[in-house]
Amino acid sequence: MFGGLDAVVLARAQFAFTMSFHIIFPVFTIGLASYLAVLEALWLWTGRDVFINLFNYWLKIFSVVFGMGVVSGIVMSYQFGTNWSAFADKAGPVIGPLMAYEVLTAFFLEAGFLGVMLFGLERVGHKLHFLATLMVATGTLISAFWILSANSWMQTPTGYAVNADGQFVAVDWFKVIFNPSFPYRLVHMVLAAYLTTALVVGAVGAFHLLRDRHLAGPRVMFSMAMWMAALVAPIQILAGDQHGLNTLEHQPTKIMAMEGHFESHPDGAPLILFGLPDMNAGKVKYALEIPHLGSLILEHSLDAPMKGLDTVPRENWPPVPVTFWAFRIMVGLGFLIFALGLFSLLARSLGTLYQSRLLHLFAIAMGPAGFIAVLAGWFTTETGRQPFTVYGLLRTVESASPLAAPAVGSSLAAFAIVYFAVFTTGVIYILRLMAHPPHPGEQGPSSDVPSRAAGITPAVEGMLP
Amino acid sequence: MNAAADIATLWAFIIAFAVFVYVVMDGFDLGLGLLFPLFPQKTDRDVIMNSVAPVWDGNETWLVLGGGGLMAAFPLAYAVLMPAIYTPLIAMLIGLIFRGVAFEFRWRTQSERNRWDVAFAAGSWLATLAQGIALGAILQGVQVEGRHYAGGWWDWLTPFSILTGLALAAGYALLGATWLVLKTEGELRDKAYHLSWYLLFAMLGAIGVVSLATPLLHIHYAERWFAWPNIIVTAPVPLAVAGVAALLLRSLIRKQDNQPFFLSLGLFALSYAGLGISMYPYIVPQSITIWQAASPENSQLFMLVGVAVLIPLILGYTAWAYWVFRGKVQAGAGYH
Repeated sequence: MFGGLDAVVLARAQFAFTMSFHIIFPVFTIGLASYLAVLEALWLWTGRDVFINLFNYWLKIFSVVFGMGVVSGIVMSYQFGTNWSAFADKAGPVIGPLMAYEVLTAFFLEAGFLGVMLFGLERVGHKLHFLATLMVATGTLISAFWILSANSWMQTPTGYAVNADGQFVAVDWFKVIFNPSFPYRLVHMVLAAYLTTALVVGAVGAFHLLRDRHLAGPRVMFSMAMWMAALVAPIQILAGDQHGLNTLEHQPTKIMAMEGHFESHPDGAPLILFGLPDMNAGKVKYALEIPHLGSLILEHSLDAPMKGLDTVPRENWPPVPVTFWAFRIMVGLGFLIFALGLFSLLARSLGTLYQSRLLHLFAIAMGPAGFIAVLAGWFTTETGRQPFTVYGLLRTVESASPLAAPAVGSSLAAFAIVYFAVFTTGVIYILRLMAHPPHPGEQGPSSDVPSRAAGITPAVEGMLP
Repeated sequence: MNAAADIATLWAFIIAFAVFVYVVMDGFDLGLGLLFPLFPQKTDRDVIMNSVAPVWDGNETWLVLGGGGLMAAFPLAYAVLMPAIYTPLIAMLIGLIFRGVAFEFRWRTQSERNRWDVAFAAGSWLATLAQGIALGAILQGVQVEGRHYAGGWWDWLTPFSILTGLALAAGYALLGATWLVLKTEGELRDKAYHLSWYLLFAMLGAIGVVSLATPLLHIHYAERWFAWPNIIVTAPVPLAVAGVAALLLRSLIRKQDNQPFFLSLGLFALSYAGLGISMYPYIVPQSITIWQAASPENSQLFMLVGVAVLIPLILGYTAWAYWVFRGKVQAGAGYH
């Protein structure tokens, strides 16, 4: 059944598949946890019911998303051992501690306070409950810090040495953690999480405004989401540009793949807008390009020379078409998000933010755009790192477990079936929750109380702790 | 023994501690899943789910720490063991997915609730059996060549690993039943008491059979347990098991709700100590010791700082979360 494919290809497919599913959930929980903290703070500060209604509304969605994030995350924490054991042995002394710190400082914080956040408002009082919400939100951000540090070290390794067993060992932990691409990647990813969440919140708000433009909850959430899009999208484009310049400095081959630069351009490189990269021919077919713009963006000079993949041995080429197209999808969606933000500013200034059907339809269409952009960006950076797991140092083929293809293929098939069955159901439940607008007196997850047991009168119940 | 060796031993205890906390904490909520088919009534099921809903993902975080910590502190052991238990590990992960999402999904739907109840029970069974089988597969030893696992992907399947799989199911079910004794009341609690009787004897039987089978696996285990002077240290373990079992029986007879769960944890702790006695100082039995597998000293030291500060903090706020949701669970009177 898997005869035509080798174990490494299947292991890569499995990592890409399980990771692509997983990444959706933490991106959403990072943004949603911060949004919930803001909503609860606004409620405590202003006392307006609309904020607690919105809080409870999104809290129910958060609980489903978080649950799916936890279970798909446990899978990820064992992927390194099951399918990439050689990588785990060689890079474990450096990568492992970063992940251990993620568990210790972030996962426990999130999980420890999640129960109180979801079910504890009546039990612990407002202030302690707000503290729990803040802890969960902080935990999601700390988690992003460590996992992106680990990921960035694989892209731009610094502060290491290699020991007699061929293992990477840390020489300077500060340099390992704050490796060159880490600050850029962290900012880019956290902003992406916030934008992605804002787009979902905005789409849900717009959906309900289309049916009734006077609903308080949808008005507030739509307005908040559009502020986020308008203010953060331009910052994100700037951050992305800086991230790209950093990549040019430390991973020039990835930039060559992203830009489709097979040939060197001693007198200034064009910006290739679209085309079909052909690795065998070593050129981009049907390229639509703007002369000199590539050099202008990346080197800030029209005539700056830029090296192409012809200066890189072929065995070190990334899969150019994937990197090239994933990058274009991400950037294209980024500019669409920017356009949505501008449109909302225009509507706001005209006083039609809650009336413009065109704006609402646009916002609904953009609801999933953040997730697609995040996945495309992740594909850009991870395929651009190939054919290495630790850039320039450890090849992907040398990282895999000594497993037979049928083992990896069977587990991939099992994950595929289970993920599609479980997570599509989860998404359906989330969409069902979103299909109802938040209403006055909205209850949190603790209200899903089934029928009451016989013998407990309301009076007695009121005295329970 | 140099300084690095001492840190390796310390880390072996830390990983062992994380795995133990996982086993006892997720053990009881997996146990609830194992017992789920015996409680067909909807109200009972709601109470059972409510009793762990606020804490289950904190419990599973210890599993992530066990895996992540092993990769960080003993990367060679992680690299050899994970491919060796490949199939049970994947099965465990899939089981955990089904039961994990069931906590949330069953509240989101009326018509499909039964389906998620089945997913909760089946996922718990799959995860529990897989964990027990993985344990047996590691204990019986794995083929190693150089720095790699050298066996096949079905090597784990032996009568011994099946035995440990069933043994763990008996243990988790006992934890689940005694948890219900602690957290519920009325008919549900009485039924849990009734089940605890059977499960206690099932678990004692399981401990006995695994204890007898282990020394037959390898001469190392037999010498560890029965050779002089080791026997001075090892002999008290079975005696303590008998003592705790007697106390547990008494608490079941006297219906002291608060005791059976903690005494069951005691049985787990003793069994776990027995495992430790069997394995030490190997982390991959008979082939790789904790010193051979250890990360470089500076990796272990770097994490030790974090562990020393953070684990007490984590235990503190985890205890607080349990405290917030303390006491008996009322049907329909509180959370979820």
